[in-house]
Amino acid sequence: MTSYDIVIVGGGPAGLAAAVSAKKAGTDSILIIERDKELGGILNQCIHNGFGLHTFKEELTGPEYAYRFIEQVYDLGIEYKLDTMVMDISHDKVVTAMNRTEGMFQIQAGAVILAMGCRERPRGALNIPGYRPAGIYSAGTAQRLVNMEGYMPGREVVILGSGDIGLIMARRMTFEGATVKVVAELMPFSGGLKRNIVQCLDDYGIPLKLSHTVVDIEGKERVKAVTIAEVGPDMKPIPGTEERYTCDTLLLSTGLIPENELSRGAGVEMNPVTSGPVVNEVLETNIPGVFACGNVLHVHDLVDYVSEEATRAGENAAKYVQNGCKDEKEGSDIRLVATEGARYTVPCTVNVSRMDENLTVRFRVGAVFKDSFVSVYFDDERVQHRKKRIMAPGEMEQVILQKKKLADYPDLKTITIKIEAE
Amino acid sequence: MEKKNLTCIGCPMGCQITVEVEGEEVFSVTGNTCAIGDKYARQEVTHPERTVTSTVTVTGGEKDRCSVKTKGNIPKEKIFACMDAIDHVKVAAPVRIGDVVIENVCGTGVDVVATKNVDAA
Repeated sequence: MTSYDIVIVGGGPAGLAAAVSAKKAGTDSILIIERDKELGGILNQCIHNGFGLHTFKEELTGPEYAYRFIEQVYDLGIEYKLDTMVMDISHDKVVTAMNRTEGMFQIQAGAVILAMGCRERPRGALNIPGYRPAGIYSAGTAQRLVNMEGYMPGREVVILGSGDIGLIMARRMTFEGATVKVVAELMPFSGGLKRNIVQCLDDYGIPLKLSHTVVDIEGKERVKAVTIAEVGPDMKPIPGTEERYTCDTLLLSTGLIPENELSRGAGVEMNPVTSGPVVNEVLETNIPGVFACGNVLHVHDLVDYVSEEATRAGENAAKYVQNGCKDEKEGSDIRLVATEGARYTVPCTVNVSRMDENLTVRFRVGAVFKDSFVSVYFDDERVQHRKKRIMAPGEMEQVILQKKKLADYPDLKTITIKIEAE
Repeated sequence: MEKKNLTCIGCPMGCQITVEVEGEEVFSVTGNTCAIGDKYARQEVTHPERTVTSTVTVTGGEKDRCSVKTKGNIPKEKIFACMDAIDHVKVAAPVRIGDVVIENVCGTGVDVVATKNVDAA
C-alpha cells in the first residue's frame, strides 16, 4: 500500500489552504485527492467578486482567489490527484479511492484532513407539493451550468430561498437575459448578506417575499408555473395568500449541508447542530490524526475564514505527524457550550496545554439580535461581555480565548457562550 | 427635489436611508446610523457603480468558457451594455488571469480582464 504523511480529502479552498500550510510547516509527503477535473472546488463557479477582502485586502473573483492557493500548491510541489473519488476512510486512516486510470486503490495516511465541503439541500428534503418536471435546479447547479458549462437553465425564473447563492444567481440569470420574477423566503429574514440583497435583487427590481414558500409546482414535462403563499408564525401556508407565477425554472437556495458521509463511515463523532464533526482546539476529530476544516466542519459565509481555519488544520496535522503520529497534551479538556441565542461553537472543547496564545471560537446565532451582548462565562463567572449592534444567523460570529487568561482557571470545566440583552 | 430610499450595504444593520437629491446635489441623508452610510448614500444616488462579472467563449482551449470581470467599477447604467459587449467576445486559448479581453468597455475607461487560466487544448 502507498502511504503519505497527510492525505487531504478535497481540493477546494479548505483542502488547498491546509495543504499549503502543512507543507510550509515542514511535512513533505502530502496528497490532495479531488473528485472534480480541476483544483479550486466551488470557487471555480463563483465568478462574482467580493472574495479575499480579509486575506488579500482586495476584492477577487472566486477563480482568482482559488488560483492564489493553486499556484502555491504548484510552486511547493504538492502532489494531487484529480478526477479521483474517495470511497472510504477507515478508523485507522486507510483511504480507499478510485479513478479511471488507477482503478480502486488504498493509501495509508499518517493524518487525514477532511475538506469535502458541503452540498445544497435538495428538493427531496423540502417536501414541496406538485409534479416533478424538468426545470427545478439547486441554485449551485444552475451556477455551474451558467458559469462553467455555458448553458442557460431557463428564461423565466422563480427562486425559493434567499441564501447567497440564490441571490447571486438572481443577478447572474438577469445578466444573461432571463427574467427573475420573485425570490420567496420561508423565514421572516433573509439568510443572505445585505450587500447581495441590494446588489442582486434591488438593483434589478426583483421582489423578495419574506415569510413565503412554494405551495405548488405545475407542469408535467417542464415547469409551467409556481405558486407561492405567505406562511404564518407556525410556518404553515396561509390560505388565500397564494400567488401564481408562470415560469420555466425554479431555483432552490435553501441551505447547505456539510458532506460527511466519509466522516461518518470512519466513525467521526458528529455535531447535530452543524452536521459537521465535533472538533477540539486543534480542529482534530474524536479520531486522533483526523482533522476537519472548511464547510465540511461548519458552513462558512466567507471563504477567508475557511482559508484561515484550514491553515490551522494543516499546521496541526503536520505537528501530529512530526510528533510520530501521536497527540501530545496535558490535563483535561474544557467543554465549550453554546446557549441562549448562540447555536453552536467550533471547536467544541479546549485543552489549554495545546492551544495557541489566542484561540478563535466561531459560532452562529439563531435569530436576529439588535443591541445585544456576546457573553463568555468561565463556569459561572462572566469574563467577556461585548456589545454588538447587530447579529444575524447569516453572519458568523467569533470570540477569542486567551491562553494566558485560561491559565488562571486551572479547574475550569465549562466555557459558555451566550447572547444577553444586557 | 427628489427623495430616494436605499438600504445601506455597509454592514448587516442594513439601515434604511432616505436621500434628498436634485441632480448631482445631495441636500440631506437621513436614516443612517454611521458615517459609512452617509458616504454610501451620497455615492449611490449620484454615481452608482458596480463591478460586472461574466464569462466569455474560448476557442481552442481545454475549457469552453473563461470567467471575466471589469477591472474596476463601471457606472451602473452601463451594466447591460457591458454584458452585451462581453457576449460578443471570443478569445483564443491560452488565456491567463489578468489578460485584457475588452479594452475600455463601452467607453468607461475600464478594461474587461480574464479571471481564470485556460490552457490550449
